[in-house]
Amino acid sequence: MLINGIAVGCIYGMIALGFVLIYKATEAVNFAQGDIMMLGAFAAFSIIALLGFNYWVGLFGAILIMAVFGYALEALLLRPVIGQPQFAIVMLTIGLGFIFRTVAGAIWGHDPSAFYTPFTGKVSSFGPVVIAQENLAIIIGTALLCLVLYLFFTRTRLGVAMQASSQNQLAAYYMGIPVKRVFSLIWAISAGVAAVAGVLLSPLTLIDPGTMGFFGIKAFAAAVLGGFGSIPGALVGGILIGLVEQFAGRYLPAGFQETSAYLVLLLVLVLKPSGLFGQMAQKKV
Amino acid sequence: MAETILKVSNIETYYGPIMAIRGVSLEVEEGQMVTVLGANGAGKTTILKTISGVMDPQKGSVTFEGREIQKRDPDWVMRQGIAHVPEGREVFPFLSVRENLMMGAFTRTDRSGVDDDLELVFGYFPVLKERADQRAGNLSGGEQQMLAISRALMSRPRMMLLDEPSLGLSPRLVGEIFGIIRRLNEEQGMTMLLVEQNANMALKTAHHGYVLEVGRIVMEDSCARLMEKEDIQEFYLGVKDEGARGKRRWKKKKLWR
Repeated sequence: MLINGIAVGCIYGMIALGFVLIYKATEAVNFAQGDIMMLGAFAAFSIIALLGFNYWVGLFGAILIMAVFGYALEALLLRPVIGQPQFAIVMLTIGLGFIFRTVAGAIWGHDPSAFYTPFTGKVSSFGPVVIAQENLAIIIGTALLCLVLYLFFTRTRLGVAMQASSQNQLAAYYMGIPVKRVFSLIWAISAGVAAVAGVLLSPLTLIDPGTMGFFGIKAFAAAVLGGFGSIPGALVGGILIGLVEQFAGRYLPAGFQETSAYLVLLLVLVLKPSGLFGQMAQKKV
Repeated sequence: MAETILKVSNIETYYGPIMAIRGVSLEVEEGQMVTVLGANGAGKTTILKTISGVMDPQKGSVTFEGREIQKRDPDWVMRQGIAHVPEGREVFPFLSVRENLMMGAFTRTDRSGVDDDLELVFGYFPVLKERADQRAGNLSGGEQQMLAISRALMSRPRMMLLDEPSLGLSPRLVGEIFGIIRRLNEEQGMTMLLVEQNANMALKTAHHGYVLEVGRIVMEDSCARLMEKEDIQEFYLGVKDEGARGKRRWKKKKLWR
């Protein structure tokens, strides 16, 4: 159950990561993140179940498709809205979320669907501990993804340029960094991460347009818990939310499993609005 | 005479409905250091922002090396060879000093050239070498200013725009920074457009000066001659407290209006 919680938490963490990446860079909150994850899962579903390719092709195909999708989304729909009040962006992304859900329902049907994964129904045992491979895949996948992202953001020129753009947009322009393209790329990365989350999650929950959207909202709670704007915070927040949910389902009356994430969100906002890892630094003059 | 590298012709720039620049023209020759003086709100920063493309002029043109560069994205302008050291330094606070410098060289692909320039920059600002792995946000104001200048140098620009490098620094540091700015101009032949409130320092350092008031150029001459003018001495080199400003406003603005 602990492992289960961590695994689901990793999914929340990955989606929260998507929130945080976009928020840090563009100061916009993308409420469609959960729906982008759902689209990623469906993209993999199409490749694997409908076109008959194997799981890995599906996984990387979905990442690629969603990354392009994220890039196009930013470049075509969000860029014109930049400079408008924050609220406009929030409404736009919420609206996009609804559109994605409906369109996905229209294309793939509203019934839950699933595709074959190499992990389904298998278990690995480590001594006395037995772990479902789906969960293991999620945890390892998250760890790998974080490693790749970490190396990308600290070691490559483009990654550091992305950090720079999010820390000081104007100065990044002065350095000759094409900030607009960098923002689109960040959306691409964040959509790609969401696709990974969607593909890894699909053996646990099945893919359907309704439920996966809710993951977005819970992941939002995770991002807030971790301190919006902190990448390690997003992951820790996600895992904590996952655990809280599992244990609430076990030890608290029925119904608490579903609401516990929101309770945590409320508590954090009341008690410690900057979250666990809130990164605040005053600008020196 | 050297060739004109930057030519600003009759630009008008607005903040919303407010006209901040009312038809400014100026020229910078290659290897020259030109300064624009003016009080708060005169429009000095706006001129630089218009040149580097952060703001678009409604009228007029900016020509750099014979090519019109107005109304382009700032990253494009930068790639033409104009490096902007922004007002208030604007370093990347959570990146290390070295990463900040490498961001300055973002547009370059010649690795060895970048390494050479890194050494060059460390030569001018040894303190940055000591702090190369610290976060830029933890540097002092003076060090951040040095970092901002170095970061601009790292792009190996054809020309630098310096916006108030003395802002918020102690007189000793201001002297130090201006010393280095002058050395960069003399030793590297760097063309510079310097915007300053510290008129004394700017006039001593630069070759040619423009005086800007409420969005207009009111005077233009070599710095040596500007320093001798009575009005400049009184309004820019003298004591600039409220009393002096009041006096300027109501009694003695005849010379240029």
